[in-house]
Amino acid sequence: MEPILTLKKAGFRYSASWAVKGVDLDVFPGEILGILGPNGSGKTTLLKLLDGILLPHEGEVLVRGKSMVTLNRVEVAKVVAMVAQENFFRFAFSVLEVVLMGRFPHLGRLQFESNKDLEIAVDALRATHSLELSERSIHELSGGEKQRVLLARALAQEPGAVLLDEPTSFLDLKYKKEIFDLIAGLTRQKRLAVVVVSHDIDLVSQYCHRIVMLKQGSVHLAGTPDQVITEKSIQEVYECAVLVDRNPISEKPRVSLKP
Amino acid sequence: MNNDSLHNTPLTPGRVFRLSLIMAFFLLLVAAASLLIGTAEVSLHKFMALVSGSLDAEDPARLIILRIRLPRIILAGLAGFSLALGGVVFQALLRNPLADPFILGVSSGSAFGAIMGILLGFTFSVGIPLMSFAGALLAVYLVLALGTRKMGMESSTILLTGVILNAFFTAVIMFFISIVADSRLHTMLFWLYGDLSQSRYAPLILLTPALIAASLILFSFAKELNLITTGEEIAFQLGVDVEKAKKTCLVLVSLLIGLVVSFSGLIGFVGLIVPHLSTMAFGSGHRLLIPVDSLGGATFLIAADTLARVLISPSEMPVGVITAFLGAPFFLYLLRVRGSQWSRS
Repeated sequence: MEPILTLKKAGFRYSASWAVKGVDLDVFPGEILGILGPNGSGKTTLLKLLDGILLPHEGEVLVRGKSMVTLNRVEVAKVVAMVAQENFFRFAFSVLEVVLMGRFPHLGRLQFESNKDLEIAVDALRATHSLELSERSIHELSGGEKQRVLLARALAQEPGAVLLDEPTSFLDLKYKKEIFDLIAGLTRQKRLAVVVVSHDIDLVSQYCHRIVMLKQGSVHLAGTPDQVITEKSIQEVYECAVLVDRNPISEKPRVSLKP
Repeated sequence: MNNDSLHNTPLTPGRVFRLSLIMAFFLLLVAAASLLIGTAEVSLHKFMALVSGSLDAEDPARLIILRIRLPRIILAGLAGFSLALGGVVFQALLRNPLADPFILGVSSGSAFGAIMGILLGFTFSVGIPLMSFAGALLAVYLVLALGTRKMGMESSTILLTGVILNAFFTAVIMFFISIVADSRLHTMLFWLYGDLSQSRYAPLILLTPALIAASLILFSFAKELNLITTGEEIAFQLGVDVEKAKKTCLVLVSLLIGLVVSFSGLIGFVGLIVPHLSTMAFGSGHRLLIPVDSLGGATFLIAADTLARVLISPSEMPVGVITAFLGAPFFLYLLRVRGSQWSRS
């Protein structure tokens, strides 16, 4: 199977120090890839490299086998969608308007949205269980509702890959589960590739097929949850002593802090 | 799916056209009323005779309407159109609902350029408008360079920078007016507060095509503007060439403001009042907002200028006094009532 996104020895530095260095990574359709790592380990930078928001200072990023630097923004936006960590709407757009913004890369300069574009937006709203929000103002939504709508906008781009930067960091337990259940369902049905950055090790363990653990901008460990989430790796990367056992229902690794 | 509900259908060109047509109708109505109102009485009968071509060529009503009021109303319309459009584009690009060409110091930057042009002996037809455009560009550059922090644009910083630039440019203008004190002083002081009373047809020949071209190009960036209001990185992610869109729009808005200021002086707050009223009525989407807001701006300034002509008749006041009387309280109202909703966290 051909990867949809590839990093080849990719590195990026903000000033003198490398935020990401020598990272090799393939992202395949139909998988949820989790990115773990402590604060400042380069998780968000890695995501921005995958989306071409940042271009690597060394190495290469490939989108469906083509080098990122040869593609324009519209071409990238048709393949890769991102739900950023922070979203602040200063102007009061309706939910439908926000989701239709996802159609931007598919429309000509003066072209208005067709019925087909509307259908795609409505399907995206339905897939994220937020169709009933469509006429509300984006300002009126709760954190969980807003996150679902942003996911719908990403789906309206009809991308092959969706990148999520801490999608559940401001959400309570119920919405955390809801967002990850949605992601899991969409990955299966639409054969999407999903890359999710998170601080929540247990959620990532539960839902991701593969995990990459970053330490100081480099890949420390990569593999299945069983291979990556161990007492040893978490001690090495997070510098924190933990107990790792198994979630009694899913059998996935589970992390408990040692008091 | 229910397509009958107005809000559940995407915006169509037909809807933009219909609502623009309604706004254009109001504009013509207000312009026609303004032609009839003034210190000198013009009866409806004579106006109708003029329209139908049966009015005597020597009739003073003909002179009043065609030579005095009509060019003034057209200039007021073009100025209001541009200022309101400038406001709406600045608000989107800076993601700041309180941005306005006057508050940001762009208008006084243009006036500074125009004064320099006058002192250098340039002509009113081309040289001074171009200097005014250069002044607007300088002000836009300064407000962005000085008002932007590493973490991106912060609302109040950029507004404060604009206010300070405005004070500085105004002081420089007053300085030059003081040292070259001559018979033109009174005219220039009037011009500082927005003066449409000197309108002639000649400048409109340059102004009109430039404004039409600039507004059409700005309209073609409406979708990009929508996305940029949600954040530059997010717009970029969704496929917008943000740098190109920003540069093009800022240069075009500077052109609009520069040209308008060189002909009509400093008229403040039009770019604040009209975009907010338009947003309340028509929502935040720029494909609809740009045409209705521009036409609304033209209507608004024609009405304000009519008030300026008749409030203290037979004397008159600069139209900028009227817009500031309305605009300053409106700004404070927005800051107080809506401010919390716009600031982060």
